[in-house]
Amino acid sequence: MKLSKRIWIRSMLCAAAAAAVSGTAFAQGAPLKIGLLATLEGPFAAGGADGMRGAELALSQRGGVVAGRKIELVKASSNAQPDVAVNATRKLVEQDKVEIMVGPLSGGEGIAVKDYSKTQPQVTFINGGSGAQATTLVNTSPNFFRFNTEGAQWMVGLGKAAMDKGYKRTMIIAEDYAFPYSQVQGFMAEYCRLGGKVPLKAWVPLGAKDYSSVIARIPKDVDSLLVILGGADAVNFLTQYENTGGDLPMMGGSITVSQDVLNYKGKRRDSLVGTISAGPVADNFDGADWRAFVADYRKAYPVSAGGFPSPSLFALVYYTNMKAALDALAAVNGDLSGGQVKYRETLSKMVLKMPTGDVRLDANRQAIGTTFVTEVVKDAQGNLSTKVLRKVDNVDQTLGMKKEDFQMGTRDTPACP
Amino acid sequence: MSAAKWRRAMNTGLAGALPPRQPSAGGQAIAMALPPTLDPYPDSDAPRWLKFLWRTLSPRHVFTLAFVLLLPFVVSPFVIYQVASQALIFGLIALSLTFLAGYGGMVSLAQMTVAGMAGYAVAVLGASGTATSLGWPWGVVVPVALVVAVLCSTLIGWLSVRTDGIYTIMITLAIGVAFYYLVLQNYTVFNGFQGFQKVYPPKVWGINWRDPLPFYFLCLFWSLAGYFFIQWLVRTPFGIVLQGTRDNARRMNSLGYNVTAHRVAAYAVSGLLAGVGGVLLVWYNGLISPGSVGTGWLINVLVIAVLGGMKHPIGAFLGAIVFILLQTFAIDLIDRERFNLVIGGVFLAIVLFSPDGLLGLWAKLRMRFGPSQVLTSTPRRPP
Repeated sequence: MKLSKRIWIRSMLCAAAAAAVSGTAFAQGAPLKIGLLATLEGPFAAGGADGMRGAELALSQRGGVVAGRKIELVKASSNAQPDVAVNATRKLVEQDKVEIMVGPLSGGEGIAVKDYSKTQPQVTFINGGSGAQATTLVNTSPNFFRFNTEGAQWMVGLGKAAMDKGYKRTMIIAEDYAFPYSQVQGFMAEYCRLGGKVPLKAWVPLGAKDYSSVIARIPKDVDSLLVILGGADAVNFLTQYENTGGDLPMMGGSITVSQDVLNYKGKRRDSLVGTISAGPVADNFDGADWRAFVADYRKAYPVSAGGFPSPSLFALVYYTNMKAALDALAAVNGDLSGGQVKYRETLSKMVLKMPTGDVRLDANRQAIGTTFVTEVVKDAQGNLSTKVLRKVDNVDQTLGMKKEDFQMGTRDTPACP
Repeated sequence: MSAAKWRRAMNTGLAGALPPRQPSAGGQAIAMALPPTLDPYPDSDAPRWLKFLWRTLSPRHVFTLAFVLLLPFVVSPFVIYQVASQALIFGLIALSLTFLAGYGGMVSLAQMTVAGMAGYAVAVLGASGTATSLGWPWGVVVPVALVVAVLCSTLIGWLSVRTDGIYTIMITLAIGVAFYYLVLQNYTVFNGFQGFQKVYPPKVWGINWRDPLPFYFLCLFWSLAGYFFIQWLVRTPFGIVLQGTRDNARRMNSLGYNVTAHRVAAYAVSGLLAGVGGVLLVWYNGLISPGSVGTGWLINVLVIAVLGGMKHPIGAFLGAIVFILLQTFAIDLIDRERFNLVIGGVFLAIVLFSPDGLLGLWAKLRMRFGPSQVLTSTPRRPP
């Protein structure tokens, strides 16, 4: 009894150690490893999968080889929870020994991974899709780069478009975490300045299923709703709002009208037609580079293989960040020596050619890029997509304001009831 | 020892004592009631604890102890921190459930909630990246967090011990989910969805306890302490009465034991274990958010306990090791989009083939392939 139990315990622990040791040994002498983290579980599972497609597309456009070195993507999954994201990142960095890390997807995750990046100065961290302002605004990390514009930048131009449409009073319904705070701030900064009023902001938990209490609270005197919900949450809200007979015109946050939401099956989604929104991606944008990018995406991931009719926001931002990682790697000819100093310098100074326009970084290693104001339209095949109303170039993180005047978005700021 | 003596011992321990204090009170009582003939080595004048150690330690203890002590010097910091330390922490939290369910017959789903309460107490009262944290010194914060965990666990126990089986599960699940929504939607104290970042262990004696090696030994110390505490506790009169209430509560009641008091006390003890686990967990993650106390984790703790087996305290740690290994490395085994299938499959297989978890699996294998101890233990005399 005693002997056998001892053997059992020891064999369990030995198996644990063996698995770990063999994993480490495998990492040596292998091609250059890039870690890739996205949400393959939880509320952003569909978006996370498309983000992975975008990142893979950037690599396959180079044939999987940069500066003569083969690139190996080591993927990991999280579920939009910061602790899970940090655990997954830690595995990629410390166990799989990736030299460059791309990810994560969600706002809260981004802040947590940025904090973790400070403890791993030998690895370069490049954001995946996360769009919380704080990540690159306060407490910045010297080895964390973000080549996508963030939540507030994505909303530039929507305030003016709303006033043009005659929406004078707007109720905001948004998820209750860092990324929607940024989106609301980006919208209200412009909207309030132009004289718009936001009498009520309803913050709902991420992953909420029941929106009846929110719908009941919609004031009678508002003339539009701004809905900043992502993935499954957006579909749930739209269905329930429709079922209660709601007919107010809607505006959408950047991830509300992304392809992963527009392409849920169901007849209710037609109510989205005419919704104005803003974000880094516009499906029907008429740039040659953009059309080439969409064609590449469709060829690599046809709808029959699980792709979307047009690349989603997550596909674009993951593509952007992965492309930045690879372009800089090519520019330094694969040289990551000396604590990646040369590589990071190249990243900070490069002008990234993107399908939607040029992207460069500011002093906090945060992207300055293009935002589109869009409207949802329905094409001949019945697919929903977004068409461009206006293109705003060179949007920076303080939205053109002076650093002293700029206030980071929270639940309560800004306010204009 | 006769039943009458036990009862007398229990009654002296029970008289006027609050439930959480029972274990120690009961322990003293039994020490007084022990007849001197129970001393196994009456001739030797070695101290009592040494004799106890000599009697209970076996080679397997020594091997396991040597293994866990030497492990961190063999494997990478990643394995020390993310696999070993995390497994010890979840083992400790699962141990609190093993104690309740295996020895008290009460399956509580709120153990992760109790751990989360301790974790939140550390984040709210101590220092963190959020402005609302009070920033008290850790020497005050940690004891307060443990007291909070014990009190809350006692309350949960007090609410749920009058129920049985599935109703206990329902009540504790409801408490767990209620706490999840409380921390998710309350912003003044718990900071809602974002929770608290940068909750790090303190630097004491010049050691940064966040480094993998010190943190591993911190977890190891508390896990061993928890393990031996439970090992000792289930042999005390309190522990034996608790097992009696598990097997037949009515009979224990008619023998004169206060079943409810014993059960509530068991919850208090489990709250202490889960609280220690919760403090370590928040330090391990460096952050706490509602996701850490969500339904997923409430169930995971039960999975860990069931996976390992509830017949013995070591089961909790075995289950935690398997669980953490799977969660960390399953993604390497299979297509990365489908790795949750492996995790689910392994859990299902273990529970399907052995309702007693890994411990039960081992017992079965031994019965089948091991030497028959009855035959070998009676050597035949030469004619």
